[in-house]
Amino acid sequence: MAFEGLTARLQNVFGKLRGRGKLTEEDVNEAMREVRLALLEADVNFKVVKDFIAKVKEKAVGQEVLKSFTPGMVVVDIVNKELTELMGGTQAKLAQAGKPPTVVLMAGLQGAGKTTLTGKLANLLQKQNHKPLLVAGDIYRPAAIKQLQVLGEQIGTPVFTLGNQVSPVEIAKQGVQHAKDNGNDYVLIDTAGRLQIDEALMEEIQNIHAAVKPDEVLLVVDAMTGQEAVNVAQSFHEKLALTGVVLTKLDGDTRGGAALSVKAVTGCPIKFASTGEKIDQLEPFHPDRMASRILGMGDMLSLIEKAQANIDADKAAEMERKMRTADFTLEDFLEQMEQVRKMGPLDQLLDMMPGMGKIKNMPNFKVDEKQIARTEAIVKSMTRNEKLKPDIINFSRRKRIAAGSGTTVADVNRLLRQFEDMKKMMKQFSSMMGPGGKGPKGGMKALKNMFGKGGMKFPF
Amino acid sequence: MSFFKRLKESIASKTEAVTSKFKDGLAKTRSVFTDRVAELFTRRQKIDEAFYEELEEILIGADVGVNTVMELMDDLRAEVKKRKIEQPSQLQPILSEKLMNMLRGGGEDAGLRTNSSGITVILFVGVNGVGKTTTIGKLAWRFKQQGKSVLLAAGDTFRAGAIEQLQVWGERVGVDVIRQEAGSDPAAVMYDAAQEAKRRNVDVLLCDTAGRLQNKVNLMEELAKIHRVIQREIPGAPHETLLVLDAATGQNALQQAKLFGEKTGVTGLVLTKLDGTAKGGIVIAIRNEMALPVKFVGLGEQMDDLQEFDAEQFVHALFAGLAGTVEENEAN
Repeated sequence: MAFEGLTARLQNVFGKLRGRGKLTEEDVNEAMREVRLALLEADVNFKVVKDFIAKVKEKAVGQEVLKSFTPGMVVVDIVNKELTELMGGTQAKLAQAGKPPTVVLMAGLQGAGKTTLTGKLANLLQKQNHKPLLVAGDIYRPAAIKQLQVLGEQIGTPVFTLGNQVSPVEIAKQGVQHAKDNGNDYVLIDTAGRLQIDEALMEEIQNIHAAVKPDEVLLVVDAMTGQEAVNVAQSFHEKLALTGVVLTKLDGDTRGGAALSVKAVTGCPIKFASTGEKIDQLEPFHPDRMASRILGMGDMLSLIEKAQANIDADKAAEMERKMRTADFTLEDFLEQMEQVRKMGPLDQLLDMMPGMGKIKNMPNFKVDEKQIARTEAIVKSMTRNEKLKPDIINFSRRKRIAAGSGTTVADVNRLLRQFEDMKKMMKQFSSMMGPGGKGPKGGMKALKNMFGKGGMKFPF
Repeated sequence: MSFFKRLKESIASKTEAVTSKFKDGLAKTRSVFTDRVAELFTRRQKIDEAFYEELEEILIGADVGVNTVMELMDDLRAEVKKRKIEQPSQLQPILSEKLMNMLRGGGEDAGLRTNSSGITVILFVGVNGVGKTTTIGKLAWRFKQQGKSVLLAAGDTFRAGAIEQLQVWGERVGVDVIRQEAGSDPAAVMYDAAQEAKRRNVDVLLCDTAGRLQNKVNLMEELAKIHRVIQREIPGAPHETLLVLDAATGQNALQQAKLFGEKTGVTGLVLTKLDGTAKGGIVIAIRNEMALPVKFVGLGEQMDDLQEFDAEQFVHALFAGLAGTVEENEAN
């Protein structure tokens, strides 16, 4: 999927009319063609795209183009803001009933990830000191109850089940009663996946709804869903009066236009995003980040936030100083690597960076966590002296290091060579950058530089 | 003779039952997709930019995929110029034929590849929640109906309840399931299954795997290992590696086909959940861009709802509404 990111494409369109006066209707029309394609490629429903484009066009025509911006940037800015607003401005929280228990009903197509999500949500609630109860309402899919039980066991949450011979309506009703009797303040009702056109099953979930009067009805939507998302959301919303949406499988490489479609059709806030297979990989939904993702502009904000949460500001500032003065040793290098790793799996980090998604798919660029571990092992097998002065590492030392780290001498050689290259590169940077501003932001800048320069080769 | 008449005749020889199953399953697809196309062709009086735009939207709305649609639109524009077509109705058969050709591809690889002299091994791969386990259950039933001996390998050791799910299918259909504990190495399960399949000399071995997103490097490597183990234990296997795709998936399906293809040499697709609304377009996009044939489609929740994919029947069902109007026009 050769998608270059909307920014780059718009820069192309506007290449000839750099930075002047106001956006004319003609400029905007041309830009909107690219925006439209970007949205369609991200699977936003074509009707939603049409409305959106019309709205943005109105806002963009006549906009001042400031000196420091290109017309492309101005358009991207408008599009991004509108998209963020359309997806719900600020993030919404899970409902809480005035009188417990709060009843949450899950709904969605087959395979959207309802059961997994139910488990994740229970885990999240438990961390906030709630006492959730899981209700196994999927009596159709083989072993669906078992799946919920296993999840419940993993996180230590009780699971209410009546087997697969009792109607889901009855199970839901008794489940809520069970919660009341046992002091559970949240009841999460898992249901079977169903097609929105399956009348019998849609009636069944309506009956569940009527029987337990849920405080929250969550539509679980696979982030990879295409144009169909609109039909699904619309039907479920008509039948169940949804109160929120959860996007699943957002850790894939989908652009996730379904988010926009669903939001536009139902008006319901997207409350959570599921970003991995592990039970704790459920995150609040951030409309602004989703907007840049749909537009193919990367998820810089998430990355920055992760970096801020995990990187020690003082250490980062020190690191930056060292990089600038090329006073950078293998020990620092090891530390730097550990800091980056703290932020999460590397491939996920790369996904968040503009343009990196593409690089990642290049055949000779592999993100291999094992390779990083190996690099770490090599550096750790060195003496302190060797780390500070790599020049003293002669052949017999290399042999010892290789044996100590379970690698080969060739691996050690490669690492040392790459480290030298990196150091040289840093010297060049620092002469370019000059003494930069310090403070909390300095660390980020250093990090960005680590990643940002295309020419730099990573030793992993 | 019109394109549709020819199409109709070529299908007439096939069993009515299968066609109607297809038609039922695709009823929604047809009504949403073709009704709109038909309406467009009759309402629009001339071929202009607005017409193209609307047609483009209909195709994109069916998830045909932006690239493929753009290609198609360019072709149509060229065709209109070349043949000096003015009426939208004249363009209609051209569009249908183009879609049909895209769907068929070379047309040589439609059937399921089997091993006539031993065990046929079929490996199922795909992202989470597309219906791999269910498809295996249905396919096991199909082979059983054909009098073949079948063995299932519970290779999804990751998702909670997945082994049990396959086991329930095994009991329903009456075939054995080779399994290990949850959390064990799936490649080891495949090794066991291959040994057991050889020992029992079964006809078919169906291998389930855990759903995984195609951008997870480690999980994809795990899948490659599974593939290698099967290859090593049974020479020539797997005879088919089927990527299971949810019909509701959008453009990401192309990425799935590409990356799963790189790791496991996908040979065909199974399109599941096609009994919903407005789907099928993704088949055209994948066939066009990856040259991967669709082997089966899932049209419902029953055991017998897995059908062999037949491009002719698919298009027939997809264009049944259109064929009617064309014939009427010809009759007039």
